[in-house]
Amino acid sequence: MQKPDWKKYLLTFLITAILFVSAFVLSGYINSKKINQLKSIQDKISVDILSSETQFSLLSELSCKNVSDEVLSSELEDLGHKLEWGQDNLGNSDEVTYLKKYYSLLEIKDYLLMKKISSRCGVKSAFILYFYTTAENCSECQKQGIVLSTLREKYPELRVYSFDFSTDLSAVKAMLNIYKIQDTKLPALVIDDDVFTGFQTMDSVEARIKESFKLQEPSKKVSNAKK
Amino acid sequence: MHQVFEVAIYVFSFIAVFVQIFFLITFFEGRKSIRRIFAEILEYPSITVMVPCYNEESTIAGTVESILALDYPKDKIFIKLIDDGSSDGTFSAMHKFSSVPNLEIIKKENGGKHTALNLGIENSSSDFVACLDADSSVHPQALKRMIPYFSDPKVMAVSPSIIVREPDNIIRKAQKAEYDLSVYVKKMLGLIGGIHVTPGPFSVYRREVFEKIGMYRKAHNTEDMEIAYRMQTNGLKIEQCHDAFAYTSAPSSVWKLYKQRLRWIYGFINNTIDYRDVLFRKKYGHFALFTLPAGVLDIFAVLVLFGNFFYVIGNFIYQKAEAASVVGVNNLVSVPSHFSLFYIGSKALLFIMCIIYALVIFSILMGRKMSEGKARFSPSIIYYIFIYSLIAPFWLVKAVVNTAISKQPAWK
Repeated sequence: MQKPDWKKYLLTFLITAILFVSAFVLSGYINSKKINQLKSIQDKISVDILSSETQFSLLSELSCKNVSDEVLSSELEDLGHKLEWGQDNLGNSDEVTYLKKYYSLLEIKDYLLMKKISSRCGVKSAFILYFYTTAENCSECQKQGIVLSTLREKYPELRVYSFDFSTDLSAVKAMLNIYKIQDTKLPALVIDDDVFTGFQTMDSVEARIKESFKLQEPSKKVSNAKK
Repeated sequence: MHQVFEVAIYVFSFIAVFVQIFFLITFFEGRKSIRRIFAEILEYPSITVMVPCYNEESTIAGTVESILALDYPKDKIFIKLIDDGSSDGTFSAMHKFSSVPNLEIIKKENGGKHTALNLGIENSSSDFVACLDADSSVHPQALKRMIPYFSDPKVMAVSPSIIVREPDNIIRKAQKAEYDLSVYVKKMLGLIGGIHVTPGPFSVYRREVFEKIGMYRKAHNTEDMEIAYRMQTNGLKIEQCHDAFAYTSAPSSVWKLYKQRLRWIYGFINNTIDYRDVLFRKKYGHFALFTLPAGVLDIFAVLVLFGNFFYVIGNFIYQKAEAASVVGVNNLVSVPSHFSLFYIGSKALLFIMCIIYALVIFSILMGRKMSEGKARFSPSIIYYIFIYSLIAPFWLVKAVVNTAISKQPAWK
């Protein structure tokens, strides 16, 4: 019987361990690259929002023609998807949490700016503030998310701003206070200042969006008449 | 639940890489001894080749013809065709060879393959005995290449490399890659003295093996595995002759493959349970420290991967069903419109899986180099990885379940 060669077992263990550590190091390296990518997207969006705000302040008294509303929506949405994916896959939760805070802030800024542009320039749009939670297993939130994603595909004019209830950011907390959102009643939607708690079906949300579009029609006419 | 799977997957991946690296080190250590041995046989020993048959009328002729074509002195080979109570025309097919000298045809009542082999051994008096399954055949040079291994008096049995004969469909091609992998694995196990099976297609034993440790046993219909376990635990050396080839007719369909593997895995689990006392015992060498634990862990690893696979698929279907229930099937967004390179996974497990697959592919290629002389990549490797990933868990699960409820699969 061949004697067991302990040194060989040790060497095998070491090589295996080195391969494992290398896999983790490589994974960490790529993940940090991705987080940096997210940071740079956010910085760009931040600059874009600031630029739009400034542009709006400069031009609002004169004309609505030059105010762009297309820049932010798609980029912000894309960033939202990436952050959502990152939270499940990138593993570095502290950095992702920080990026999520920043993202929430950008959403609020975009929301405020877009509301202004919409009301002043008569851009057809509907806004939904969506509050959910990741702190506990919220299956209703997942369902609500699916409904909102589907509606967003269907109505390009619809803007959905989603906020994680547990985001530790004073601006998000202020919104929660304004609309009196409680963590026991999630998901919650805010459409034209009306608060809906619990899961809302696709039909009811869609009906509400259409109503929101209708409400805007008179203002649109006024705005066109001004031009 | 998912975290539990994830931890288990990392643990089993570590073991999988460990096993492959162990083989790799063995490969580099033993590279010189893997070359072909051109030893002159000064005196040809006598050998009895036993062919146990049960309903093999269509393949027996090819098997016997391959024995007759062996490049070995004809007066030193004795052939015993043993009909284990076949209900088809096997016995009359055997009679086609009745005029061949040194060939004996024996008919007995059906009692299982081990009884047929034992009858053959009892009726022989040669220095060596070999078994050749009736659905297999042997390369003309096989015996000439195997016998020199016995110049080491400690070597008690030698196994050949088993090659899939005429891989004509995807299932057989997938098995070809698997058999090429086992040419490599068996050689590595041979180098460390850890072989756990002396397969039915043309393993050669010294006659004294059966005098020392007794005859074949039923052993959960895997008598070729049990005899190797018994040899290992009695300190009898088994070698692997990588360039002696036995050709086997691999199962042609998924169902036949499933039945064959169920028998093998069931045999492995139950023989290992029977020999559980040797596990991790230093005195039994790498057989007890490496081969058996790696085999057992392999079963667990596949079960965990399978469990995870079902969890992921189940979860995906559940989520899609839930999405369909809230937005309707027509509104389901199937392809994300926001796809980019960003979403390509970068978890450590992904890289570890790449390492495992690279090592497995390397092993297959080295197996090919040993058996065919060339390390050639072919689609059969891809078939092997995909087909076995999909269906291997089924026979593993079934073998585990059968063991739990003590249900034995048939050998045919």
